[in-house]
Amino acid sequence: MNKNFIQEEILRSSGVNPKKCMKCGKCSATCPAYDEMEYHPHQFVSMVENGDIEPLMNSKSLYRCLSCFACIDRCPRSVQPAKLVEAVRLAVVRQQGKNHLTANDIPELIDDETPQQLLVSAFRKYTK
Amino acid sequence: MQRVGVFVCWCGSNIAGTVDVAAVAEALKNEPGVVFSTDYQYMCSQAGQDIIKNAIAEHNLTGIVVCSCSPRMHEATFRKTAAAAGLNPYMVEIANIREQCSWVHKDMTTGTEKAIILGKAAVAKVNLNTPLTPGESPVTKRALVIGGGIAGIQTALDIADAGFPVDIVETKPTIGGKMAQLDKTFPTLDCAACILTPKMVDVAQNEKIRIFSYSEVEEVGGFVGNFDVKIKKKARYVKEDICTGCGACVDKCPMKKNPNEFNLGMDNRPAIYIPFAQAVPKVATIDPNACNMLKNGKCGLCARVCAAGAIDYTQKDEIIEEKYGAIVVATGFNPISMEKFDEFAYNQSKDVITSLEFERLTNAAGPTAGHLERPSDGKSPKTIVFVQCVGSRCDACSEKGKEYCSKICCMYTAKHAMLTRDKYPDTDVYVFYIDVRTPGKNFDEFYRRAVEEFGVKYIKGMVGKVTPEGDKLKVQASDLLSNKQLHIDADLVVLAAAIEPDKSARPLATMLTASMDTNDFFTEAHPKLRPVESPTAGVFLSGACQGPKDIPETVSQAGAAASKVIGLLAKDKLTGNPCVAHSNELMCNGCSSCERVCPYGAITYEDKEFRMPNRTTKIRRVASVNPAVCQGCGACTVACPSGAMDLKGFANSQIIAEVDAICK
Amino acid sequence: MQVKEYKPLIVAFCCNWCSYAGADLAGNNRLNYPADVKIIRVPCSCRVNPMFILRAFQRGADGVIICGCHPGDCHYTSGNYYTRRRMAALFSMLDFLGIEKERTRVEWVSAAEGAKFAATMNEFAQTVASLGENKRLEDLRCKK
Repeated sequence: MNKNFIQEEILRSSGVNPKKCMKCGKCSATCPAYDEMEYHPHQFVSMVENGDIEPLMNSKSLYRCLSCFACIDRCPRSVQPAKLVEAVRLAVVRQQGKNHLTANDIPELIDDETPQQLLVSAFRKYTK
Repeated sequence: MQRVGVFVCWCGSNIAGTVDVAAVAEALKNEPGVVFSTDYQYMCSQAGQDIIKNAIAEHNLTGIVVCSCSPRMHEATFRKTAAAAGLNPYMVEIANIREQCSWVHKDMTTGTEKAIILGKAAVAKVNLNTPLTPGESPVTKRALVIGGGIAGIQTALDIADAGFPVDIVETKPTIGGKMAQLDKTFPTLDCAACILTPKMVDVAQNEKIRIFSYSEVEEVGGFVGNFDVKIKKKARYVKEDICTGCGACVDKCPMKKNPNEFNLGMDNRPAIYIPFAQAVPKVATIDPNACNMLKNGKCGLCARVCAAGAIDYTQKDEIIEEKYGAIVVATGFNPISMEKFDEFAYNQSKDVITSLEFERLTNAAGPTAGHLERPSDGKSPKTIVFVQCVGSRCDACSEKGKEYCSKICCMYTAKHAMLTRDKYPDTDVYVFYIDVRTPGKNFDEFYRRAVEEFGVKYIKGMVGKVTPEGDKLKVQASDLLSNKQLHIDADLVVLAAAIEPDKSARPLATMLTASMDTNDFFTEAHPKLRPVESPTAGVFLSGACQGPKDIPETVSQAGAAASKVIGLLAKDKLTGNPCVAHSNELMCNGCSSCERVCPYGAITYEDKEFRMPNRTTKIRRVASVNPAVCQGCGACTVACPSGAMDLKGFANSQIIAEVDAICK
Repeated sequence: MQVKEYKPLIVAFCCNWCSYAGADLAGNNRLNYPADVKIIRVPCSCRVNPMFILRAFQRGADGVIICGCHPGDCHYTSGNYYTRRRMAALFSMLDFLGIEKERTRVEWVSAAEGAKFAATMNEFAQTVASLGENKRLEDLRCKK
């Protein structure tokens, strides 16, 4: 898949327009998982805007986002960085092909270490 | 039938080079109504104008067509010529055969052909012209300034200086506005009160200026030169002309626990109060929601201590009616509410304040007498975080803030940071910014001084959240340049809240039929060339009601608005543009379509009695156009479904005649 | 019978404040455009009654163009917004009647855009010429 195609896919599936970003960094300021990340929310936005998708897809940062949506709530420009992160995740999943989870696989994966917030946010995300 | 004269100009070789002027004059001779046709080298010259004048007299002309340059060039000239010869100036039509014919075509045949057609169109139009007389209306030589902040004060002083009486209407008990609440002003750091209060005194002492404080505009009628305004003077329960402002009542009032508006609720005031020491007028006001005497009929202490006997518990709201020639809107701004920005914990902690509250905290006349103390415990803060762009530059769909840049925040934040570091050098001051916008004389130098000389820590990034913990405020923020997330234990957080137009502006705009933008800022007549006039004639704009502005800009705009008002009031009579809309009452069906499209509010509806067949009468609702307000755009003529509305000088029949003449 | 070269007949309504001045500027700069274009001055583009346009087509005009100030620059604040909406409705109705959309146009020309005025008129005249004579709405009763 070429770079532009992935970029377009990410923009389309997320519905985010990164050009609206005014580079204030409030998303990164508000992010509770900031220190865990190699690329921070504001970098996600500008890297997707510039088409630097490869490093994002290969980065562990992708899975450190808690989807708490604080960045979405507080972004003054309504850019919705968390949705972009999610779209990049989706792009990775799609690239891997038949690597989907079925509903039956999920209970096994939930253990004591899975943060509550992750579950809550997953419900919030997928039940809307 | 008109008797039309046609005058074809050569304009040297400018027209004659590509248009056979003699042929044009000859061809137009046969048009209906034309009794005289000639050509000449320079129609606009004295000799050319004499030809026209003589022809008017000799041939008894009732209308003339000049085939020459653009009407934008010489329409006025030829109208004057016609008037000098005793012909109504609006009986002149110009066929533009230079800019729109000879200059754009190279071929003599084409040029001549087109010139003849343009001439025919003009003749067809002039045949339907009617003499027009511009309406005249007298000018009431008095101005109303709505709002008594620095914008209103400056406008009023400048108008009064030119000798015209001015009234200022201010909703608060005193004039002074936001500037009176400020501590120092950027970039020179003079104290706001030191430069404002002398102006307030000037206003009070100027015999041309009347101040209606604690008053509101209730109703506006009329039009440019002749506004009828009703002003509601709210009952302050103190006789203004008797009160000396000694303050004895203020000291004795037992109801002392009311939030002090002037200090933004950071301290308390009694039920009877004078907002601040230099208030103008310096008169006490009773807050009817707090006064025990007014609420329960018990107390009356202030009346007993008042040596002058100024207290009057029975005072009622009073309506004042006055006529004005011009109205200046100077309603100003307010910081937006921080309620929706909960991430900054504004509602949870007293130590998160807005910049205007910070002004009061550092002001020597403020609640802390100028000592920088935390509102919660009175301790002096050691770490202060300033957050810029709170609610400014937001996306339109975010519903939290404003789309525009509030313009003044960068500078006042630099001022606050600098002053804090200057007075309390052991304080750490952080400023979180997205961009620092400092266009203005000595503005960027000022900001650089805050950084370089005073050691204010400017960090490119934004504060994400503020959490009160113990007596600290945990500030979590991003530092974009060093790619770090910062955690600062702050003692005080200051939010540079966006500014918005005062809430009173919207209903006022409706009363004035002045237009507003989506943010409730008043719209100017032209964004570049007429920045202090509203599109509504006779209404002018001063200060932040038109858009975010700092003090120097406000004062210059106030002066500009004043000069426009003086220009208007200096006239004894206003001569209108006679090319205005008018409605045929017999055809009007009262649908209000025209009223809705009129950008000037020139159209009103009235009930009129009409004679019907069989000696009956009927009352019908019909449109009527105020010719003094109508600017003649013609929007209503097209909106009118019954064809009752027409435009003088550009009537439906005239334009159709032109179309017919062209399409032959 | 002699075959005459086909020349389209175009009526241009120009608002007094922007487009008429733009047309004057085109003249000042000696920028050519076809003589087929005849300009009628109106105070504002919103003064153009759909009736005028229908009349022009009935009388055998081949194209009608309305020029006004750019959106937001209207001398009368909002006139060109009315024009834009009214003409959108009128033009689609005319299209339905068989007057091709290419024969009608609304264009924003400021007082500084003499070059744009000339270019627009050249292009519009060419487009109209390529469509040939307007026969659909021509009403011989209107022709004297």
